[in-house]
Amino acid sequence: MKAFEYASPRTEREVLELLSADRGHTEILAGGTDLIGLMKKMIVKPDRVVSLNRVDSLKTIDANSTAVHVGAMVTLEDLADNPICEFYPAIRQAIGEMASQQLRAQGTVGGELCQRPRCWFFRDKRGLLAERGRAVEEGDNRFHAIFGNRGLAKFSAPSRLAPALIALDARVRILGPNPGDETLMPLEVFYRTPKSEREREHTLEPNQFVSQVILPHPEGRVSASYEVRHGMGPEYPLVAAAASVLVTGGIVREARIALGQVAPTPWISREAIDAIVGLPINYETAEAAGQAAVSVASPLSHNEYKVQLAKVAVKRALLKAAGLETGGLS
Amino acid sequence: MSKPDETGRGRSGVSRRAFLKGSGAAAAATAMTGAPGLEAEAQGAEPVAGLTTITLTVNGTPHKVEVEPRTTLLEALRMGLNLTGAKPISVDGASGGSLVLVDDKPTSANTVLAMDMVGKKIVTVESLISGDRVDAVPMAFVHHDASQCGFCTPGFIIAVKAFLAKNPKATEAEIRAGLNGNLCRCGTYANIIPAVLEVVKGGGNG
Repeated sequence: MKAFEYASPRTEREVLELLSADRGHTEILAGGTDLIGLMKKMIVKPDRVVSLNRVDSLKTIDANSTAVHVGAMVTLEDLADNPICEFYPAIRQAIGEMASQQLRAQGTVGGELCQRPRCWFFRDKRGLLAERGRAVEEGDNRFHAIFGNRGLAKFSAPSRLAPALIALDARVRILGPNPGDETLMPLEVFYRTPKSEREREHTLEPNQFVSQVILPHPEGRVSASYEVRHGMGPEYPLVAAAASVLVTGGIVREARIALGQVAPTPWISREAIDAIVGLPINYETAEAAGQAAVSVASPLSHNEYKVQLAKVAVKRALLKAAGLETGGLS
Repeated sequence: MSKPDETGRGRSGVSRRAFLKGSGAAAAATAMTGAPGLEAEAQGAEPVAGLTTITLTVNGTPHKVEVEPRTTLLEALRMGLNLTGAKPISVDGASGGSLVLVDDKPTSANTVLAMDMVGKKIVTVESLISGDRVDAVPMAFVHHDASQCGFCTPGFIIAVKAFLAKNPKATEAEIRAGLNGNLCRCGTYANIIPAVLEVVKGGGNG
């Protein structure tokens, strides 16, 4: 690791005072499961690390009649174990899939959402865009994006929690740059595809940070997450999908379907949503929704298999949300 | 070619070790002037840099240890406190080899900063043996011959301690899934699983 200075503020205000407006100057440290490895490999080389580990106001889960406020420094384990997750099965399932126990105990909600891409070109110091996309296009892109990959960025969004949170219509609370500044935005708006190496995978300015995730009351919606993984080991999924649906009289009235690991951002599938709304959820309609989702896929040279996986993930997330058998191996 | 003498002294007559110590002291002094009033505990909003003395509570005992901001807990334990049970197998925590308990939670010591650990309760694998008393988990590993080269074993034992603390009546399938974050290159899983099942049966997770 490059030497850096360390600060451990106690309040959100102190955090903002320590963050620099210059990209790359400061890094925000949460659980450490991603950032410490990135710093050891000199992929990330901040001059200052601001640890959020002693900011107690970021560690609470508060529920009222309309929403649940989850602090960014709540650990994944504590969120999944919280009784409030009875109402949000997609969250509990997504976290339950994450190996290992130490990752769940150490990793935080905010850190999970802001982790950097797993793209091996990025992790090989060839840049977030991997030499303006060329390294991905010409190289081994088996784990890269199958949607939204026509720009320079072709990595796949790594968060395993984001698809569930987006399906559940979660918002994030962003603080800064000045003390008192506060922005609430839908989580899907928080992410954006970077167009240059100067940008990141989200819209956060370097002197802003995520303080909270806000989950609306489910109002009768049912939800589920489904991950396709290679084997049973502690690997990232190849493709993931989450669905949240409002079903009355056996008919889907509203749906939100988001995929992970398939695009440079978590990917909301408008096509899948349109395919399922107005119909009951059964094997045929869920399969048709999966088919609709991948109708706009644009796979790279080595990842066409992900198209089939994405189709199946959407189908099974819908079936699981409806409490139906998903088929396949459990 | 002259053979370097055993004290490691070069021509200047200053040993390499003494020199390193000296430069460290200089860095520490700089840090102290940069952040007065912190009492070198590295726990405030004032940024700290360079060598700083912090107190880590390990296995129930507070220890003073000199660290930099970039020192991981694993480096502080191994190099600063000579507790070499937790292992530097992977740089990013992927192997589980550096597991310790921090406030009872399984934590990869190589992916947390030592300075973030001030005030927390750190338990390492060394605490599981005191005098003649051996904790049930390492004892079961011995009974079942659950290690080969032994490098992953300390991390595995902490993983089992943490897992069983939360799942004292775990089934074999739950054990396999629950220990997913620890890797053994020798492939001793076949003996680790029966060892854990024995601890479950005996109800003796320390």
